Amino acid sequence: MRDDAPRSTSETPAGAAPLVSVRNLSRVFDVSRPWLNRVIERLPLRYLTAVSDVSFDIPARTTYALVGESGSGKSTIGKILVGLLSPSEGSVEINGIDLARETDAAKIGRVRSDIQMIFQDPYASLNPRWTVRAIIVEPVAARGGDTSGLAERLLEQVGLAAEDADKYPHEFSGGQRQRICIARALASEPRFIVCDEPTSALDVSVQAQVLNLMSDLKEEFGLTYLFISHDLTVVRHMADRVGVLYLGRLVEEAAPDELNEIPRHPYTRMLLEAAPRLDAFGREIDPPKGEIPDPISPPPGCAFHPRCPIAVDRCRQERPALRPLGGARVACHRAGEEGTPTA
Amino acid sequence: MSDRPNRPAVLSVRDLTVEIPTRRGVLKPVDSVSFDIGEGEILGVVGESGAGKSMTGNAVIGLLDRPARISGGEVRLRSERIDNLPYEKLRRVRGRRIGMIFQDPLTSLNPLLPIGEQIAETVRTHMDVSSTEAWNRAVAALEEVGIPAARERAGSYPHEFSGGMRQRVVIALALCAEPDLVVADEPTTALDVSVQAQIIALLKRLCRDRGTAVMLVTHDMGVIAEAADRVAVMYAGRMAELGPVREVVTRPRHPYTDGLMGATPLAGGGQRRLRQIPGATPRLTALPTGCAFHPRCPNAQDACRQDPPPTLAADRGRAACWFPVEHDLPRAREA
Repeated sequence: MRDDAPRSTSETPAGAAPLVSVRNLSRVFDVSRPWLNRVIERLPLRYLTAVSDVSFDIPARTTYALVGESGSGKSTIGKILVGLLSPSEGSVEINGIDLARETDAAKIGRVRSDIQMIFQDPYASLNPRWTVRAIIVEPVAARGGDTSGLAERLLEQVGLAAEDADKYPHEFSGGQRQRICIARALASEPRFIVCDEPTSALDVSVQAQVLNLMSDLKEEFGLTYLFISHDLTVVRHMADRVGVLYLGRLVEEAAPDELNEIPRHPYTRMLLEAAPRLDAFGREIDPPKGEIPDPISPPPGCAFHPRCPIAVDRCRQERPALRPLGGARVACHRAGEEGTPTA
Repeated sequence: MSDRPNRPAVLSVRDLTVEIPTRRGVLKPVDSVSFDIGEGEILGVVGESGAGKSMTGNAVIGLLDRPARISGGEVRLRSERIDNLPYEKLRRVRGRRIGMIFQDPLTSLNPLLPIGEQIAETVRTHMDVSSTEAWNRAVAALEEVGIPAARERAGSYPHEFSGGMRQRVVIALALCAEPDLVVADEPTTALDVSVQAQIIALLKRLCRDRGTAVMLVTHDMGVIAEAADRVAVMYAGRMAELGPVREVVTRPRHPYTDGLMGATPLAGGGQRRLRQIPGATPRLTALPTGCAFHPRCPNAQDACRQDPPPTLAADRGRAACWFPVEHDLPRAREA
């Protein structure tokens, strides 16, 4: 059904265009107080840089994961990719078309129906007054497509029953609702799905069911995922490539196994250390120092330097660029030096 | 408890049952649960939503919302019954002898009072000290949980702190009256991993130093594995498995625990597919007969469908199951 999809794996052959291409993406939010307060209280305008100069590619039929803690900008990137937010700078090309700059309405329409999103909270993302059928066929009906039997077919594909189409969202559990969200995302036959923390609201046994379902559907329909999560173990399980975000900046990007075995950025190392492990009984770790700084006035130079155990003067002054190192890309002045993980 | 027979348990729960009367019959969100927590011990209580883990914690501290009520069993704190105390006496026990930490630190703090004031108030309520002394103790408590510049920050309001710092304040509040027992209900669920690691390390250190018993309620097996000494696994209001954390995690005996472990993505990776537990957690209004887990259980036989599983006493047994999982072979986690 999608013969035109470029066939490529995580090792993109040189020259093959990636399905999604993000270049120097930045997004700034104006978080100033109202103008009257600013005048009376003599407050300056304040800007929050949620995403700062992020570039990555997602080859077709692969899963790219963005991990980071709260405030790292991972959800903002997801929203920009589906077009819910516009970029302040930089560009996002999906299938070679930049939605923010393209003027040909037909092209925009085609690309838009290629993109879908699955949200974190399956309680908030389904309209409680619509039947499941209406919810699922909406993406197709809105474009005037043929919806007969569509909801039933999709429900069976995601492991629910065709009869469920006439029920309402409140009749389902969290895991079942997330399946409905997945069915809705599949309705317009997309090629690219942004999944924003799709399982963090779910119990672990239900999470396993949903993750397995997502893997199966990816195989079956040749889907491409942007998988946004804070959970490194889930990301390792799902992703072909992982980008680690800190304060809106991409600090490291690597294949999941490589990232776990030889984390090159000190922040990645800290995250991996801090994540609770099933096999670490009574582990006494030196917990990470400090917290994420205020994104309105991020530290100069490398944003991680106040918490970094190996920071030097250069880190306080000069922002490190993302540079290739081994099979990864890393934004750290000291990565690759002697005594730091390389290979 | 069996491995420490000499020391009396700080908290001893026997056959605790909680009932909620509804128009469609009486629900039992907690059914005959028994466990002990010793001095300086951390008991992890783990389970999925609706398993009754928070309800158990609330029953222990006497904070059940009506119409839920304790309908059977007993709760003893240092061998003194606390489940049948009148409200005013129970209020003295809470805060003084039982500290509480909840998931959302913002709702556990009064937004209108400086944090130092809130801790000092608790100290004054429960201990016979002057207000200056109470303030000094509040500052000391804040220092102990790692609030930088504690003396200055004691005058700040909860909204001026980050989530992790707020949870530190809540821990200081829970521990300031030097309680025997701390009930921590999902204390790190709302926090980022790096902050979670800080809070867990802090909780472990403080409780070990003071010999405080901790009931750590969470859904995260990883947190339990790192922090707890023993773990209680709950399913549909009943205790499914209870044992030392290493044993339960590496060689689970109850098929539910086993399924839970298989469903958890491993930090080491290497799983092609996660093992699924078929079906979903039953609703309390329609609990299966016999063992509540039998419709989802790979080992279920006729006995499981008819007879309730053997109950777990606090001092014996690992799994409440007729046919527990055997581990003869080296454990393979791949699906």
